[in-house]
Amino acid sequence: MTAELGSFALILAFALSIAQVALSAGGRLRGSAALTGAGEGAAVGAFVSIAAAFAALMYAFVTSDFSVANVAANSHTAQPLFYKITGAWGSHEGSMLLWCLALTGYGAVVALTGPGLPWRLKATTVASQGCLGVLFIGYTVFASNPLLRVANPLVEGASLNPLLQDPFFAIHPPFLYSGYVGMSVVFSLGVGALIEGRVDAAWARWVRPWSLVAWSLLTIGITLGSFWSYYVLGWGGWWAWDPVENASFMPWLVATALLHSATVTEKRGAMAAWTVFLALLAFTFSMLGAFLVRSGILTSVHAFALEPKRGILLLDILGIAAGSGFALFAWRAPSLPPGGLFAPISRESALLLNNLFLSAATVAVLFGTLYPLIAQAAFGAAVSVGPPYFNLVFGSLMGAVLLILPIGPLMAWKRGELKGVLQRLWWAALAAVVAGALVFAFHEPRKAFAGAGVALGVWLIGGTLTELAERARLGRTSLSEAGRRLRALPRGAWGMTFAHIGLGVFLLGAAIDGTGKVETAKVMAVGDQVDAGGGYHLSLDQVGQVDGPNYLANRGTLSVTKAGNPICTAAPERRFYPASGQTTSKVALCLRGVSDVYVVFGEQRTGANGQPGWLVRIFWNPWARMIFLGPLLMALGGGISLSDRRLRIGLPRRAAGTRGAASLEPAE
Amino acid sequence: MSLLPKSRKARRRLMVVATAAPIVVASAALAFYALGNSVSFFYSPVQARSAHVPTGRTIELGGLVAKGSVVKQPDGSITFVVADHAATDKVVYRGDLPDLFREGQGVVTKGAFRPDGDFEASEVLAKHDERYMPREVTRALKASGEWRGDGAQAAASKPTGTGA
Repeated sequence: MTAELGSFALILAFALSIAQVALSAGGRLRGSAALTGAGEGAAVGAFVSIAAAFAALMYAFVTSDFSVANVAANSHTAQPLFYKITGAWGSHEGSMLLWCLALTGYGAVVALTGPGLPWRLKATTVASQGCLGVLFIGYTVFASNPLLRVANPLVEGASLNPLLQDPFFAIHPPFLYSGYVGMSVVFSLGVGALIEGRVDAAWARWVRPWSLVAWSLLTIGITLGSFWSYYVLGWGGWWAWDPVENASFMPWLVATALLHSATVTEKRGAMAAWTVFLALLAFTFSMLGAFLVRSGILTSVHAFALEPKRGILLLDILGIAAGSGFALFAWRAPSLPPGGLFAPISRESALLLNNLFLSAATVAVLFGTLYPLIAQAAFGAAVSVGPPYFNLVFGSLMGAVLLILPIGPLMAWKRGELKGVLQRLWWAALAAVVAGALVFAFHEPRKAFAGAGVALGVWLIGGTLTELAERARLGRTSLSEAGRRLRALPRGAWGMTFAHIGLGVFLLGAAIDGTGKVETAKVMAVGDQVDAGGGYHLSLDQVGQVDGPNYLANRGTLSVTKAGNPICTAAPERRFYPASGQTTSKVALCLRGVSDVYVVFGEQRTGANGQPGWLVRIFWNPWARMIFLGPLLMALGGGISLSDRRLRIGLPRRAAGTRGAASLEPAE
Repeated sequence: MSLLPKSRKARRRLMVVATAAPIVVASAALAFYALGNSVSFFYSPVQARSAHVPTGRTIELGGLVAKGSVVKQPDGSITFVVADHAATDKVVYRGDLPDLFREGQGVVTKGAFRPDGDFEASEVLAKHDERYMPREVTRALKASGEWRGDGAQAAASKPTGTGA
């Protein structure tokens, strides 16, 4: 019964989304506050209905209701409760419902908050969000309903893909989807601004919290996904430039550019049309990602198994939403008022350069991702583009961004002075060069990339700290005065500091891990010993059987020592899931500072001397944890920035009283 | 200065274009240069034969893993046969096979032909989803008439079934 109620709620949400569009657009045209208010009510209603449908799906998963096709395909009675719940978004259908939940959730928040938004802009934004809701909920209802029943229910389900039965996988889609779909609000605000013909500092200030929320969640989602791939897939790496990874990375790059260009629009009123363009582009890339992941059009490690029919529908949705957004942009953008002027040497110019390089990097990633399709269409050749392309092109473009990064925040708005800025950065530059040279001289194996990466990372962290010291006037006033100044800094400045330092930390980790990784593989019998990288020494003490809740496993117990001193005990497993007939690896990680000794227990093999043993692979991953720590610092920076008082107050209080009267200007 | 446009707005636009143009040109040049070195072509065994792929060139070889062909060699390497309707290739691989690797299923390997005609793989692609079939393999199998259709493929790839 719950599945039918869920289906009903889903269809109700579809109807409410249509009502949301009609009421908000009608209210805007007629200037009726009652109609737009009803449109906002419909937006909230759509969210409540989708939440009910999602709850019904979760209920079906928790109770193992195998008469629901999606549950039968992705769950199993022996599965732990946690993975029964997360199985709800482990499949294509369930994850689309999660997407709709996030989409309507953001719509409801826009409808319920934002008393500072001018009512016209709010009505068009809610209407635009409703249009996206109609498209995606319609797709879910008509092409991918997860709540459909089967005629002859099975006794037992096929179980969730064992690779997905992992805490990090389980929690990463909600973050990733909230991030992807958070861009929809920015998209709708962009559409609203174009229709109302108003893109100014106030609009940029409304865009900022939404892009910050979406960007931070997307950062966390990508990081969790990367960490999952690092320790579940057992390949020792964390990023492979797989199409699905790129699909999540491109919206992130665009959102990063948007955060920076929106600052220029907010502070100086310049680059307004470009900011709107990025606002539309960010969600377009989110939708493109959804299409690439689900259409199976590109060969990917992560793709869902799917028939092309749905892919074409998703492509249609992408075409309709992005097409109308950009058509509107082409029509209305030329009439936007021009912004403030700035000199070639100024903070605006630095941020413009940042945007140019980030855009070029995004296009490079997009080109590499889609090149197999282009080659197929143009020359009829089946090709794939490997990581060297992405490393070289993306690496060079990002290197350029990172070189100018510490300079930007120290530069004055409108007209800056490069010489003074560089003088203040001399010690950061010195530290960077020294660190790079030391790494180049002593890090094994000797690679130019390691030196360059570390130098850039130190340059970023040093430059960011310099900027902080400058703001506190450290060294030029008393320490207590400097401390007082630091405490008085706006949260937004702290957010930027954390995000830039996080990027530096990530870069240090990527440079050292990328060049210093050591892989050792050996067929080991009990009692065998092996030397791994980093000076670590492993011996296989015992191999035992483990009876898990829904799997059987061989567990190897290895003791890790360094120079004779015991360090830790690693217990990697090789698990067999009878329900799906799949085998997976449970990697053992021995954390040493920020580095990992990474142990994978493989299959049974015959060793070199003819004795049976187990294939054990060991990776020494120096500084690997910094790769994941850095982005979390960046997301933390986003969160701190979001708590900035300037984002919450300073918008006029009279909004509620005079609602529907006139367009409002912010107080600041 | 007479060459520069008079209005400040036009001059600013010129400045933006003058900054953007070299970046665009440089990144496009870089992209095409990098592409030349990292594109690898996909072949099924019969396609590789007719295309006369030279030894040593990195390609992707895909098809079905022939039943009963997976052999674990004493030196730790694994050999198996990748087949399509008309040709087969012996693949040698030294790493740990992906967990979803099975006989009778589609596979994509990356590597190069050795002078002795065997294919030395440096990578065997794993898929998260056992129902997933690499697009190139699907196309090659369809082209060779060996495609059994989605239903047959799904049934074949899930030996334990759903009602068991």
